[in-house]
Amino acid sequence: MDFFSQLQSYFAQNSAEYLRCLAEHIQITLLSLGISALIGIPLGYCCHRFQQMGRWITGIFQVLRIVPSLAVLILLIPVLGVGLLPALVALILLAVPPILMNTTTAFAQIPAFYLETAQALGMDGHQKFWRVELPSALPQILVGVKTAAVEIVASAAIAAKIGAGGLGGLILTGLGLMRTDLLVVGGGSVALLAMCIGLIFELIQRRWMPYASSLRG
Amino acid sequence: MAQAAVVFENVSKRFPGANYAAVNQVSFSVQEGEFITILGSSGCGKTTLLKMVNRLYEPDSGTITLFGKGIATQNPVQLRRNIGYVIQQIGLFPHMTIEQNVATVPSLLGWDNKKTRERCHQLLELVGLPAAEFSPRFPHQLSGGQQQRAGLARALATQPPLLLMDEPFGAIDAITRLGLQDELLRLQKQLGTTILFVTHDINEAFRLGDRVMVMNEGQISQFETPKNILHHPADPFVARLIASARQQEAFWEDLA
Repeated sequence: MDFFSQLQSYFAQNSAEYLRCLAEHIQITLLSLGISALIGIPLGYCCHRFQQMGRWITGIFQVLRIVPSLAVLILLIPVLGVGLLPALVALILLAVPPILMNTTTAFAQIPAFYLETAQALGMDGHQKFWRVELPSALPQILVGVKTAAVEIVASAAIAAKIGAGGLGGLILTGLGLMRTDLLVVGGGSVALLAMCIGLIFELIQRRWMPYASSLRG
Repeated sequence: MAQAAVVFENVSKRFPGANYAAVNQVSFSVQEGEFITILGSSGCGKTTLLKMVNRLYEPDSGTITLFGKGIATQNPVQLRRNIGYVIQQIGLFPHMTIEQNVATVPSLLGWDNKKTRERCHQLLELVGLPAAEFSPRFPHQLSGGQQQRAGLARALATQPPLLLMDEPFGAIDAITRLGLQDELLRLQKQLGTTILFVTHDINEAFRLGDRVMVMNEGQISQFETPKNILHHPADPFVARLIASARQQEAFWEDLA
């Protein structure tokens, strides 16, 4: 049986399982991305506002980031056991730094005269933040979220190792059984997913932030 | 008799760590509807003086009164909504369309959409930007001169009685600048707005101002009509300033 008919028969017989893995993978990705954004964006803003604290937080995450995600997963097993939870924790540790750092940069690089103009036009602190600071920072924040999303999609494949499910499961099975078709389906899907995410963020930016290119210098 | 629009009484401001006062015991009075240009070299305190009017900076001592009311006791946010403000970098918000930019202050004041929209379009037409064409655009799609027109429209959106301008045409080429100056003069006559206009360009100051305030090292050297300053410079600094303009003029005549 040649390779393509192998693939064909795989999808013919296992489409339900494939879709389940794909759905799981997307679920893990969205969940950990959402939580990372909820942590990273406010924290990033705090790092911009309170620079002393910023140096500490950035430092901690820089160090955590060096630890490979596989090592984090293994280290978490004695603490959190196996399954979805430790996988999420590992992915979040991985995804927070790019979001946090891009958010800090995003706020720091807003030219001071915009903020002074906002003030001079009669905005109070809240209005200045919601109407000027946040929208000006958003494109750069989105760059961080996109980076994080791509990293999560790729690393979530490793999470299968501790029983979190997802496309990583297909890859592990493929490795175990020496089945090239499973490896290609699993690996290819992860790659495609990563590309889709890049594309989606690109579309979001074009649709809702047509001004983004004008912000970069 | 016209009411005093802006009154400074013994106003001083010194920045923390500076050796001398940026603005030193300054007193003057501006009548409603006057176009005042504030002329001086960089570091003379002219921008500091301007920014004290809308309380971006607070004076260390002295009182500032606008239209009969002291500003120190007014809510700075409310105060600023009644004072137009235009700067050299223009500061149109890059994430908003031109219409949204012009609508900034009306929206802060909670005007309804229809009224805001009509006002924005009217103002864009007033500053020479056809509303149909320009309102949906973003600032980066406009030339520098067009951006500054939009900046002016934003500052005038609620027809504030007072307009502060900090070297608004400083970064604009000579031809466009002349056009904008004419436009501003026309608008000022039409709306009767009191204007304080900071510049370091002597030609611009003398061309636009009903009266010119010459500043040097934090103090007012002279505050009179262009003609009086030209014929009777009050001190050596003003005399040097006039001489430099004359020299420029002589250069052109020689060249011709």
